Order: sequence, then structure tokens, then C-alpha cells
Amino acid sequence: MADTVEFELVSPERLLLSVPVEMVVVPGSEGDFGILPGHAPMISTVRPGVISIWRDGAVDRRVFVAGGVAEVQPERCTVLAEEAVPLEDADEEKADRRIAEARDALEHAADEAAAGEARKRLAAAEALRAAIASARG
Amino acid sequence: MPSLKDLRTRINSVKSTQKITSAMKMVAAAKLRRAQEQAEAARPYAERMERMLGSVAASLGGSEGAPPLLAGTGKDDVHLLVVATSDRGLCGGFNSSIVREARKLIRELTAVGKTVRILCVGRKGRGQLTRDYGSLIVDTIDDVGRPRLGFDDAQAIANRLLALYGEDGFDICTVVYNRFQSVITQIVTVQQLIPFGPPGDGEEEEPGESANGAKAVYEFEPEEGEILETLLPLNLSVQVYRALLENAASEQGARMAAMDNATRNAGDMIDRLTLDYNRSRQAAITSELIEIISGAEAV
Repeated sequence: MADTVEFELVSPERLLLSVPVEMVVVPGSEGDFGILPGHAPMISTVRPGVISIWRDGAVDRRVFVAGGVAEVQPERCTVLAEEAVPLEDADEEKADRRIAEARDALEHAADEAAAGEARKRLAAAEALRAAIASARG
Repeated sequence: MPSLKDLRTRINSVKSTQKITSAMKMVAAAKLRRAQEQAEAARPYAERMERMLGSVAASLGGSEGAPPLLAGTGKDDVHLLVVATSDRGLCGGFNSSIVREARKLIRELTAVGKTVRILCVGRKGRGQLTRDYGSLIVDTIDDVGRPRLGFDDAQAIANRLLALYGEDGFDICTVVYNRFQSVITQIVTVQQLIPFGPPGDGEEEEPGESANGAKAVYEFEPEEGEILETLLPLNLSVQVYRALLENAASEQGARMAAMDNATRNAGDMIDRLTLDYNRSRQAAITSELIEIISGAEAV
């Protein structure tokens, strides 16, 4: 059995990442899950949060995703993310601004659908903010 | 017979037109390359999304319990046509061919007693459709993808569609756009978005999908139904995004071809006008000479 698993991170606009990794921890909507080589096939939705990529026994990279879907196969793990930002590039101010914008949208939401959309955005923005804070702190 | 001065002015005006068209061709070529790259980059996501959707749908089995985006409303009375065109003109037959296809569809659907509604994406399509089918147009979305086409644009359109679908605005949604084949050929494509059927091969999704699903048995977290609820709207955006990208590439390709033609035609016209100009210049000189000579002879 191979000791790495192929990890792919894809956004609608492009293929962001395609690397062999030892382990990757994905924030599933029912809880975080770690993917090691040989994982059983699985499809899960992803909540806004941080994906940690493990190499050489330590976290090599962290990428924030604003929700999406993950597909796991024994030799590969694919995450389709609506939006993905490497945590080192993430900007605290921008995150704050997004939270403010989402709050604003939620307040002025015309109908239930718009409110739901805004709530989703707010959750994503807050998750990003929290992720940055924990990475810095 | 135009005077020499007239000819000179015409030559100059055609020359400046040629400059414009050749510049536009260059710009279109650069934009085309970018659009193609973008379309290329978007492919992995669409492919994986399709595969995933296939396995989830296959595992869910029959249509019972399937969300309406996949199973449909059970009727096909109201059709929504999304006519995706460009905002700018001067791109050859690009917009006309889309509109022609849309008209044909509208005629066919109304002939069998269906209600048709139109959602225009892009200013040019609306312009051409308002005259005959103005009353059918539900909404127009302009300025899509400016300055740069992003997934957000597609998502905004998809959200509009979902909202309309939610309030029972239509039963079947189809998009008409130009698929990019090469710079000189764009193929008008009609693709059904809601209820979702895989594009291209066959209209029934069952055989291909079950063969697909047999390969791997997935665990689902949460339930298949819930995953589908997130996957399907996302997939709608992806399909819209793909249509928009193809359209953007086609538009630039069509414009490039059209401007290439125009530049060539302007060149021909300049040649012809220059010939006329020289001919009449020589004719004038000759007649002046004849006048001088016959004047001298008369003395």
C-alpha cells in the first residue's frame, strides 16, 4: 500500500492543489475527518473551516475552505471547494470586512432565501476569522 | 464621377476603419486566449462534480425522494429558456445564431401548447428578442463577467434560477449558448439545466450512471439526500459557469473571425479605390496635356 494519498483541491475556477500527502484533515459537516491512504470510499459535505495537510509527520500547509464537498477514494481525496484561501495569505482585515458585509446583507435580506444565503456567508466569514485567529494566536 | 478629393477622403476613411478592425482583431485574439485558459482551468471541477453527482444519484436509486432539481416537478408545461448572448456587438453571426436557435425553440414549444418564458443573459439577445417575444422575457441580466468572468457571476444567475424554480416559475429550464469549437466554428448548443440530465450522451441518465456507481460503493456523510441538496445547486452554478465560459470564448472567436474578414475587405476596398484614384489622376493630367498641346497648335 502506498504511504501517501493524492490530495486534490479544486475550486470552480481552477485546480488549486494536487499533491501527494501523508494525511489530510478535512472539516466535514458532521465533524473533522482525517484521510490516510486506503480510506474507505466516502462522500461528505464540507463545512467552512481549515484543511490541514500533513507531510513528514507535521502539518505542512493549512488552507481555508468556505464549504464544499469532499470525495474520498482509497488512493485519492478530492475536495471541491466553493472558495479556498491558503491560511498564510488570509487577511484579518478582509475577514472582518466580510463579516460586516454578511451581517449587513442578513439585516437587509428581502426574503428567506436571501437571508439563508447571507447566513451562510456570515458563517463562512466567521469561520475564516476564527481560523486566522487560531493560526496567529 | 467622384472628384479626386472625394476619392482621397474615402481612401483615408477606409484606412482608419481598417486600423480599428485590425486592432479589434488583436484584442479579441488576446481575450480569446484568456477565455480559453479560463475554460481549461474550470474543467477539473466540472468533471469531478459530474462524477460525484453520478455516484450519489446512482446510490440514491430511483427517483423517489430525489430533490426536484434532479427529478423535476413532474410536469413540463412551463419552459424557461436562458438565452446567453454577449453584451457587445461586432462579432459576426455569434448573437444571431443563438437568437435564431432560441426563436426556433420558442416556436416549437408554443406549437405544442407549452408556455415559454425567457431569461436573457446579455444585452444583444434581449435586443433581438424583444420585438417578437418581448412579453415572454422574465428578466435580463446584463454586464455578466465584466471586467472578468468569475464563478460569482454564474452563481448569481444560478441563484436567480433557483429562486424562480422555488416559486414554481417554470418546470424545465434550458440554456442556449455557443459551444466553442474553434475560432471559426461555434456550435449553438441547447442544454437542459433543470431537471438535471448529464450533457451530451443520451437523454436518459439511468444506464450510464448505474454503471458508474457500480465501480465504487461510497459511504455518505450526511445522508445521500442531504448531499444532493448541496450538490445540485452547486452543480447548477457549475453548468451555468461552463456555458458562460464557452460563450465568452466563442464570442471572442467569432469577433476575431469577423474582424479578420473586415480587415481583409477594407484592404480590398483600399486597393480598388487607389486604382480609381490613380486612374482619374492620370486622366486629368492627360486631358490637361491635350488642352495645352491643342492650344499651342492653334496659335
